[in-house]
Amino acid sequence: MFSRISQLGARLLREAKAETRAGNLLSSRGSLYQGHVSQHLTPVVTPTVQSSRNVLFSTATSGDKDESSQEKEKISVTFVNKDGSEKTISVPIGMSMLEAAHENDIELEGACEGSLACSTCHVIVMDVNDYNKLEDPTDEENDMLDLAFGLTETSRLGCQVIAKPELDGMRLALPAATRNFAVDGYVPKPH
Amino acid sequence: MARALRLLSRTVVRLRPLPVQGPTRGFSASVQEPFHVCVVGSGPAGFYTADRMLKGHEGAQVDIIDRLPTPFGLVRSGVAPDHPETKIVVNQFSRVAANGRCSFFGNVTLGRDVSLSELRETYHAVVLAYGAESDRSLGIPGEDLKGIHSAREFVWWYNGHPDMCDLSPDLKNTQSAVVLGQGNVALDVARILLRCKTELATTDIADYALDALCGSTIRKVYLVGRRGPVQAACTAKELREILGLKNVRVCIKEADLATSPADEEEMRSSRIQRRVYELLSKAASAHRDNSCNDQKELHFVFFRRPTRFTPSENGSTVGAVELEKTALKVDEVTRKQVAVGTGEFEDLKCGLVLKSIGYKSLPVQGLPFDKIRGVVPNLRGRVMSSESETATVETGLYVVGWLKRGPTGIVATNLHCAEETVASILEDDRKGVLRAPSDSKKHGRTGLVEILEQKNVHFVPFSGWEKIDSKEKMAGQLRNKPREKITTWDGLQKAANE
Ligand SMILES: Cc1cc2nc3c(=O)[nH]c(=O)nc-3n(C[C@H](O)[C@H](O)[C@H](O)COP(=O)(O)OP(=O)(O)OC[C@H]3O[C@@H](n4cnc5c(N)ncnc54)[C@H](O)[C@@H]3O)c2cc1C
Ligand SMILES: NC(=O)c1ccc[n+]([C@@H]2O[C@H](COP(=O)([O-])OP(=O)(O)OC[C@H]3O[C@@H](n4cnc5c(N)ncnc54)[C@H](OP(=O)(O)O)[C@@H]3O)[C@@H](O)[C@H]2O)c1
Ligand code: FES
Repeated sequence: MFSRISQLGARLLREAKAETRAGNLLSSRGSLYQGHVSQHLTPVVTPTVQSSRNVLFSTATSGDKDESSQEKEKISVTFVNKDGSEKTISVPIGMSMLEAAHENDIELEGACEGSLACSTCHVIVMDVNDYNKLEDPTDEENDMLDLAFGLTETSRLGCQVIAKPELDGMRLALPAATRNFAVDGYVPKPH
Repeated sequence: MARALRLLSRTVVRLRPLPVQGPTRGFSASVQEPFHVCVVGSGPAGFYTADRMLKGHEGAQVDIIDRLPTPFGLVRSGVAPDHPETKIVVNQFSRVAANGRCSFFGNVTLGRDVSLSELRETYHAVVLAYGAESDRSLGIPGEDLKGIHSAREFVWWYNGHPDMCDLSPDLKNTQSAVVLGQGNVALDVARILLRCKTELATTDIADYALDALCGSTIRKVYLVGRRGPVQAACTAKELREILGLKNVRVCIKEADLATSPADEEEMRSSRIQRRVYELLSKAASAHRDNSCNDQKELHFVFFRRPTRFTPSENGSTVGAVELEKTALKVDEVTRKQVAVGTGEFEDLKCGLVLKSIGYKSLPVQGLPFDKIRGVVPNLRGRVMSSESETATVETGLYVVGWLKRGPTGIVATNLHCAEETVASILEDDRKGVLRAPSDSKKHGRTGLVEILEQKNVHFVPFSGWEKIDSKEKMAGQLRNKPREKITTWDGLQKAANE
């Protein structure tokens, strides 16, 4: 049940993102910024959320047939830990890498729990071909990436990378695996 | 709709707890003596240290002390009320506090209720994470006029820190406020002054601050930087937000945006500076709709350094800031561009000044302290006896967070900082430096409780904070706020003991 809900959540998140991006292209700065502002001000749980969740539950449980097909819709993702050890997990389509990591006890931080306010879920996509298959980061993701520890050319935020079929076999490194300021004397800038 | 969905997905993520080790992930070392660790300060640095200590050492017993009855440091008293998603990290910190090997002792001040030497006698390792609770000073004439506050005081005031609930800044005698500095804290305080009050009303801002801001007459805020737009110390996220405030006209002089080869060089090597500069240039050229006449104004003032404050007619309140025009020059030693005065002065009239030029840590008795940099001299978190080359290691004493690195960095920076300090502790323990076999006097938690009892100090345990927390949340519900903060020492202590 959990993964079903999260899949939906994540899919909807993608749609929401697409919406933001469309807004980005079409409208003036003003409205984009306002969207950003009101997001800040929304209490964490609002009646809107509750009601849309109810709706989602009911649609999700109708139609048992897509349960089995969804079961199969998983991709394999390998996380390379800070110590260089690897763990390959299977991730349902539509789930974010942050959720997937947490379900599998991979020590990827997620201080803001996926709300684009912390940068602790930073992952490095190890193959540039996989990186290119991802949608471009939004301005808001880039703003957080600015502050990520050990940023690379193929860095992304784990909470914004959503599993899709083309990403099967993707490898993600946790930053300290490549750069650890305690080990090689690399001193990160404060930001 | 998009927002609701985003929230939904966020809720889903939250349903699944992070893999934090609870008391279950064994204390297998039954033969092993506990490793007693005391962390002083319960901000991000303190909590990340506790987390990494508990994960890294099965025998570690970690006690976190804080001078306030409430935990989480600047996440509660610094992070702006309109940034609720930044505060979500307290969920993770609360799970650390729930670990059976971790205890919280609120209302205990290092240097007053307990001394550093007492802690070092009681614990195998003491980690100082008490942050930076003072301010850098400008050292210019007129700094003590009324109406001039440090941003730290103003932030503590609107966030309901019990030390600053009586600040009552006068927001009613003037139309103009000057914020000195262009870092993220400067942007925070400017935003709180300018943001539409109905938006603030649904945040966890202190109730008295909301009242005062609702009655505020301030319509213009000047953000003054001694260097240029390429060197503005803020980050893109905060800048994007303030540039998009409702009913606020942003004013940036096009001429200030001209860049030199040295500026270009800086931008090439810093993604963050490049992106901040781009946002500022876009905002400068944007056509703003001026039709709305209740618009407020945000002015970015570059290349100006404050040289003195002058009083208004009444003689005791600030009336203007004198600014000297600056130019950038590459410093011979650091190779950085620094601001130098040009001898040209101008006055900027205002009735409120917030100095946001950086925080500063305070020393405690018996602690080596670098007075110039305002940090504790250390090597990867190990406290050193002084800053000199010949300094020796202070065995069993460590430092982390703003007290270690200086007052910069976001919450996440303290995570990496804590990992470094904890790695040093674990290495020292493996070498047998911290727990000599003969050392039986270190009783950890029981020792601390004894000291506090002797001194008649009533500490607030984590369960006391939970009582405060639920009382605040309940009071908040009535007003459609996430919480209504309790802002006095008495009120907090009462709520904790109910
Ligand atoms: C105004 C402001 C807004 C910020 N906003 C953001 C943001 O939106 N996002 C972000 O990522 N970062 C933000 N930051 C940065 C972030 O808050 C800091 O990086 C972080 O809090 C530093 O952690 P720390 O644990 O070193 O210090 P602190 O968080 O300051 O914690 C220190 C703790 O020590 C306690 N203490 C002090 N003295 C004593 C004593 N003598 N005995 C016992 N306890 C003591 C204090 O009560 C406090 O709880 C902000 C900072 C400020 C100042
Ligand atoms: N949302 C967030 O992520 C958030 C929010 C708030 C704070 N924070 C973090 O908390 C940390 C502290 O922020 P901060 O704003 O206090 O510090 P900061 O980023 O270091 O900014 C300090 C500002 O003061 C100026 N300044 C310093 N000394 C001065 C002097 N003598 N005269 C004139 N100007 C002077 C600096 O200019 P120069 O550059 O010329 O020295 C700079 O503009 C930062 O790392 C910040 O990112 C983060
Ligand atoms: S979890 Fe905070 S930005 Fe991804």
